Amino acid sequence: MRARITEAPIDGAAVLADVGSPDDGAVVLFLGTVRRTNDGRTVTGMRYDAYRNMAQKVLAGIAGEAAVRAGSDRVAVVHRIGELAVGDVSVAIAVSTPHRADAFDAARYVIDEIKRRLPVWKQEYDLEGDARWLDGSVPPVMEASRE
Amino acid sequence: MRIRLLLFAHYRDLAGAGEIDLELPPGATAGDVVRVLRSSGGGYARLPAEPVVAVNQEYAPLDTTIRDGDEVALLPPVAGG
Repeated sequence: MRARITEAPIDGAAVLADVGSPDDGAVVLFLGTVRRTNDGRTVTGMRYDAYRNMAQKVLAGIAGEAAVRAGSDRVAVVHRIGELAVGDVSVAIAVSTPHRADAFDAARYVIDEIKRRLPVWKQEYDLEGDARWLDGSVPPVMEASRE
Repeated sequence: MRIRLLLFAHYRDLAGAGEIDLELPPGATAGDVVRVLRSSGGGYARLPAEPVVAVNQEYAPLDTTIRDGDEVALLPPVAGG
């Protein structure tokens, strides 16, 4: 199981190479990429900001939950932050499992949970060079476990 | 007591700062951190009254008691992926 926040470009093939086993009959790779339009606006680039130390922990937690769900420790996820251009890969998720349903399910779980609770924010740049923070989702807050 | 407060994305832009050292009375909660900050005026007053908060890098409710040296962060709705 691997989970990583990085500023470097993501190589999907390398993330794929982190999973797979002779016991597995299914491998799923999901790539999230920067679109050139959003809400009808033309996007020229994107900047991802993160609460980096927390994001690393949350991402590892999500990967661990996906592994339990899939019954497979072959789960890898990388999320990029910093400046990205249209077409760049912002997130890569690879999962391998004995049967396909678990791999699809776990990959879907990872991207959905990233959207729901990874402390990362994105700012899009338009044709005029203006920057705009995108609306996000309010993460669920657990009850405090501290005394 | 003294804490380190972190602001991200839209909230950092509103406040004009991403990292602030804050002096708080003993027994203060995460909600008190937000109140103290908002009452200092300027861009801080435009922060929401009930933002999502993380204490020592974990999401925490606003009634969480803060301890000396804690790292408290105010987090706008998240938008990863």
